[in-house]
Amino acid sequence: MSYTLNINGVTKTVDVDGDMPLLWVLRDELDLTGSKFGCGAGLCGACTLHVDGVAVRGCQTPVSAVGKAQVTTIEGIASVAIGKHLQDAWLALDVPQCGYCQAGQIMSAAALLAERPHPTDADIDAAMTGNICRCATYTRIRAAIKQAANAMATP
Amino acid sequence: MNTGRRSFLKASAAIGGGLMLRAVLPMPAAAADVPIGRLTAYIRIAPDGIVTIRSKNPEVGQGIQTMLPMLIADELDVPWSAVRIEQAPLDPAAFGQQFAGGSTATPLNYLPLRQAGAAGRAMLLRAAAESWGVAPDTCRTEAGVIYHDASNTSARYGDVAQRAATLPLPALDSLRLKEAKDFRIIGHPIPGVDVTKIVTGKKLYGIDIVLPDMLVAVFEKCPVFGGKLVSANIDAIKSMPGIRDAFIVRGNGGRDSQGVTDGVAILAKNWWLANRARQELRIVWDEGATAEQSSQGFAAQAAKLFDEPPTMWLRRDGDADVAMKSAAQVIEARYDYPFLPHIPLEPQNCTAHWQDGKVTLWAPTQNPAPGRSLVANALGIAETDVTVNMIRMGGGFGRRLRNDFMAEAAWISRQAGGVPVKLLWNRQDDIQHDFYRPAGFHALKGGLDKDGRLIALTDHFVSFSRDGKLADSAGLNEYEFPAALVDNLSYGLSMMDLGVPTGPLRAPRSNALSFVFQSFVDELAFKAHQDPLDFRLAVLGQPRVIRADPAKPNPRADFDTGRMRDVLLKVAEISNWADRAKLPPRSAKGIAFHFSHMGYFAEVVEVTVSKAGEITLDHVWAVGDVGSQIINPLNAVNQVQGAVLDGLGAALGQAITIERGRVVETNFHEVRPLRMDQVPPVEVVFLTTNHLPTGLGEPALPPVIPALCNAIFAATGKRLRSLPVDTTMLRI
Repeated sequence: MSYTLNINGVTKTVDVDGDMPLLWVLRDELDLTGSKFGCGAGLCGACTLHVDGVAVRGCQTPVSAVGKAQVTTIEGIASVAIGKHLQDAWLALDVPQCGYCQAGQIMSAAALLAERPHPTDADIDAAMTGNICRCATYTRIRAAIKQAANAMATP
Repeated sequence: MNTGRRSFLKASAAIGGGLMLRAVLPMPAAAADVPIGRLTAYIRIAPDGIVTIRSKNPEVGQGIQTMLPMLIADELDVPWSAVRIEQAPLDPAAFGQQFAGGSTATPLNYLPLRQAGAAGRAMLLRAAAESWGVAPDTCRTEAGVIYHDASNTSARYGDVAQRAATLPLPALDSLRLKEAKDFRIIGHPIPGVDVTKIVTGKKLYGIDIVLPDMLVAVFEKCPVFGGKLVSANIDAIKSMPGIRDAFIVRGNGGRDSQGVTDGVAILAKNWWLANRARQELRIVWDEGATAEQSSQGFAAQAAKLFDEPPTMWLRRDGDADVAMKSAAQVIEARYDYPFLPHIPLEPQNCTAHWQDGKVTLWAPTQNPAPGRSLVANALGIAETDVTVNMIRMGGGFGRRLRNDFMAEAAWISRQAGGVPVKLLWNRQDDIQHDFYRPAGFHALKGGLDKDGRLIALTDHFVSFSRDGKLADSAGLNEYEFPAALVDNLSYGLSMMDLGVPTGPLRAPRSNALSFVFQSFVDELAFKAHQDPLDFRLAVLGQPRVIRADPAKPNPRADFDTGRMRDVLLKVAEISNWADRAKLPPRSAKGIAFHFSHMGYFAEVVEVTVSKAGEITLDHVWAVGDVGSQIINPLNAVNQVQGAVLDGLGAALGQAITIERGRVVETNFHEVRPLRMDQVPPVEVVFLTTNHLPTGLGEPALPPVIPALCNAIFAATGKRLRSLPVDTTMLRI
């Protein structure tokens, strides 16, 4: 079946089964490989992306459920100020080790900052605990979220 | 610095001009026992001054792609901003061994790659001096420019690189290396070279590879290790929508690490279709003998073996039996720990293209050269017909030292008729077809004299054999702590036959043995009514180097009690160890140390245990001594924090259970890495000492597990002798 999707502001049409997860539509049909596969069960957060600004797990979101919603992936997150600030903070603090989870981490953090521009540690725990970093760069992820939040607040 | 050995340097003009420096240099003497060959580094300087440095080892998140070029660039005397990094091709003849394991890259490369950089600098300097008609020793370099101050003349590296490439190579003993105070790059915080690509979602990993006309494959293997395929409903799978091909793979008869096992490959245009089709697979397996094995069975077998003497002795010092009889107290305890998975976040994958009897692979592997051999052997072709492209990995932790996924991808591409194939495992495949950290069982006995001194210690270790030999990573070194520190000491070994594949997991052996020995030492300290720190200091005794083999030095095994004492004292200081009695009830600190991978680490964990048994990790302090120089402090702290949290995650939430020869666990709800809401602050301090800089991928991990368990004991009075931590024991 044919689906017309809005991905990072660009319209794309794919002909796939309706229950195909958005993650695999992005990766294998549209060659947008920034969103990562880690568990296939919504347990690790590596595939986190935004559907109308809400952080969802791409591996658990059937393409048929997307409709006209705007999909934002790591490839497009720099187009919003929050995304750019987060990327800058990740660079400044040298967050990654292997880096594989970091797209999902940034997407979860972007959704958090959109809702709570000044997150507490408890807010960060609540928003980020679904994202596994197997290298355990959590200390720097937390610091980078705070640094991005501060940068947002400083004109 | 070792300049006495025969060595030589070669230079040749690089393709497209500029300087290509090839330095073939000896290993540092201190690492001579490590089976690593010579090392080679490539430097290319373009006329515009851009310096391209090839990084020879695979990048798995340890930061090597940044660190190795730092060593070259500093001695070459170029600004880091002028450096571009390239992943070197797999070419051990040119680059020496290229792998990511054992925390070996730092000790093996620290001197040779600096020498390579210094050789390049010397040649550039000489080229400029000759063009000016002045003596080289009247010139100097700074940040990519050569100066002759007397004539107020200068030249950029790019201007003289072509000429430098034609010069003879400097003798190794003529090279002048920088003093540490003059480092501009080494010892400075340098961000990882790929971070921009990572945070913007660019293609970097094996899973991201796309080739023209490529199909994506899944591969279903027998859930029981070593099982053979009898039959499968291939026709039904082939007829499913979107499936391009499906076939039975008969493998090469090799077992896991030796080649391709039996299974069914399913190929489709996208991975989801191929993986979905697996649900309809009906395979009849001949499960074989391993189907009789289970974790419970091993525990029962180990308990029986403890009733017998060990089948072999690894070490016998003094007479432990006699000493135990004279001891004021004898403490006995049994410890065990489970099989563990590696669970890198990027599932195993490899892309392969078989064409005209040759195969090209894009392989996220920690160990590419053996991967190439494995593929050649499995396919029955020459190694020269196997091309391996090294790809950045989404984690490894030792899993990607084994290359089964490479052989499978190559085999499937060939059997599919030469279609380019990306093989991608799902998470269940990754967890159920790993090379596990071996489980283990220990029966310990310790003897204390009337003054609480440790006079005797024995360990009967029940481990595993596979194919008649000690299973991979299942050993206990005869020099393991507290060997040689206790007069009467014996380590005995018995083995159980194992069909489950095992392999190195970050800090192999140490990640289990530190838990056992540092927990048991804590028990002894308690029985001796001594502070756990003081008891450890007493066991370590006077600062001295204890040689594993008195006949010759072995830097990976020789243990410097003074270096360990110093990290212990430092961690006690920064964790405020002496004041820990002021903590509230059910909050406490635990301490432990471990020497592995030439690194000395002492760590303190502070926990709070609720009445329901829930553990809160309040704080961790880690002090390490990895020699004279932290090369990239930005990454070094990250590695230590990661290792500490990795160990805590394993201790709290990970075990692989074997039932009927197969793995029970399937995904991250059953094997649980630490998550954000569990993570404590981790303070890291390095002591710099006058020793060869050594690696940081592993040595910070082992002591955190006993430090955690010792903290839980101090908080609750419950001694944890089995991993993972059973919180039901901690309820009141």
